[in-house]
Order: sequence, then structure tokens, then C-alpha cells
Amino acid sequence: MKYVMSFGRFWWDFVVGDDWIAAALVIAAIGGTAALAAGNIAVWWVMPVAVAVVLYVSLRRAIAA
Amino acid sequence: MVREVRYVLRRMTAGVFLVLSAFLASAVEMVEALTIVLASGVARGWRSSLVGMGAAVLALAVIVAALGPALTVIPINALRLVVGGLLLTFGLQWLRKAILRASGFKALHDEDEIFSRELAEAKTAAPLLRGGLDWYGFTLSFKGVLLEGLEVAFIVLTFGSTQGSIPLAAAGAAAALVLVAGIGIAVRAPLARVPENTLKFAVGVMLTTFGIFWSTEGAGGNWPGSDAALFGVLAFVIALSALSVAVLRRRKREQLVAAGASA
Repeated sequence: MKYVMSFGRFWWDFVVGDDWIAAALVIAAIGGTAALAAGNIAVWWVMPVAVAVVLYVSLRRAIAA
Repeated sequence: MVREVRYVLRRMTAGVFLVLSAFLASAVEMVEALTIVLASGVARGWRSSLVGMGAAVLALAVIVAALGPALTVIPINALRLVVGGLLLTFGLQWLRKAILRASGFKALHDEDEIFSRELAEAKTAAPLLRGGLDWYGFTLSFKGVLLEGLEVAFIVLTFGSTQGSIPLAAAGAAAALVLVAGIGIAVRAPLARVPENTLKFAVGVMLTTFGIFWSTEGAGGNWPGSDAALFGVLAFVIALSALSVAVLRRRKREQLVAAGASA
């Protein structure tokens, strides 16, 4: 059990890191992009805008911490 | 004919990005792994350290050989969606830290300092012999190379499989290995002069660029200009990062001035 926990923690730290909100926002942005693309809307601009927002939020949180 | 030339140019652009990204990311991780192997070798003996490094490289080769072919059977759009998302969360971590370092909100990565710390810890640990090897030196070297190498394997596999060429990404990583190991053997000292923070910035920019590009394609979107749009995304991420650094540097200066005035 200890090894499973440490394995899970390693991958969490590796991919998500110390800002899970940024990861959650990225997933939400990808979901939004997929939903808009399904409606035949041009979506190439969505992820760049989302990344700008995520970076802003993430930097603010890091500095506040 | 013109269409064919454009297609070849687009594929070449993507290929160059792929090799460059794998090379830069691998070089950064290998510089960090080298510091640990050197500290282990100097403090605990080269045999244990090098055997530990070799065992970790073998373990990484098995992981890549097992996962590489498995990734190629996943439908390309599903792969791009998952890999794009992973690269974005992963890349934004690198980018955030690089921006914080460049603006003075986070300490710069210092290989000399890390080497000294690892060396001091390795020298004070009690000797523990197993199978003719110093177990502390072996484990330190093995864990260091495996953990740093996993990031390289992750980047090579995700970049390579999504772009349809794991060998090309592996070539970028191999070139970094030859360069870093070659310099490491020659100087036998941590590569403190490597502009590691600048390299990390570049890797963060690359990972985020590919993450934006692939997650959009995986979600069903199309880029104007296809693969050539990578240049536009790259320019956007660089501009966004530069703007963030400029704003945060000004804020840091204001903080320091305010602290100086109140002191």
C-alpha cells in the first residue's frame, strides 16, 4: 500500500505539481474547446486564451503563497 | 507541386521542433542527473555510482520499449488530446517556475550548491556494502538517474508518438545524452556554467506550445495553416512569458523599494 501511495504521489507531483487549480483549469479549457468544436465553431483561439488566464491565475497564487 | 513542397516544409518544421524540444528537455534533466551521479561518485566511489547509473538507464530503456509501441496503437486524436493536456499541465509548471525565477520571486537553480549538498549528505552516510557495491552510492545514483530520466522518457514518448516519430524524438534525447555525458566525463564537475534556468525557460515554452497545439487538435479543432501554426503559437507563448516576466520584475522592484523605505 505504501508503494502504491508513493507511486501515485510521484505521478501527481510529476504531472500536476504544486498547483492543482492550474491543472483543473487546463482540463476545463480542453473540455470547452471540445464542446465548441463539436458545434462546428472555430476553436483554435480558445486554448491560447485559456493558457494566458491559467498562467495569470497560477502566477498570482504562487506569489501570494 | 507547390502543395507537396508546402507539405514537406510543414513536416520539416514539426520535425525540427520535435528534435529541438526533446534535446533541450533532455539536456536539462541530464545536467541534473549528472550532478547527482558526480556527487555519488566522488563521495562513495565511482564503481557503485556508475553501476547505479547503468541500472537506471536499463530500467528506462525497458519502460520506453514497453510503452512506446503501446502508445502507437492509440487513435491519434485521443492521443493528442491526452498528451496535449498532460504537456500543458506539465509545461505550465515549468513556465511558471521559470517566470518566477527570471523575475526574482524564486531562487535560481544552482548546480554547484546542489552538488555541495548532495556531496555532504553522501559523505556522512554510513557505509553499507551489498554485492561488492556501496549501497548508498548505488541507490543515490540509480534514483537520481531514474527520476530525472523518467521526465526525459515521458517527453520523448509523448512528443514522439503524437508527432508520429518516436525515433526522431529519441535522436534529440540521445544527442543531449552524448553532449552532457561527454562534457561531464571531460570536466568531472557539475555543469554549473550551463545556462540551466534559460534552458528551463525554453523547455517550458516548448512544452506549453506543443500542449496548446495538440490539445486543440485532439479536441477536434483545426489550426489555420496546419503545422505552420506552431510558429504562431510559439511566438504567442514567448510574448506571454516575456510580458509576465516584465510585469513581475516591476512588481518585485516596487516591493524592494517599499521594503527599503519602511526599513
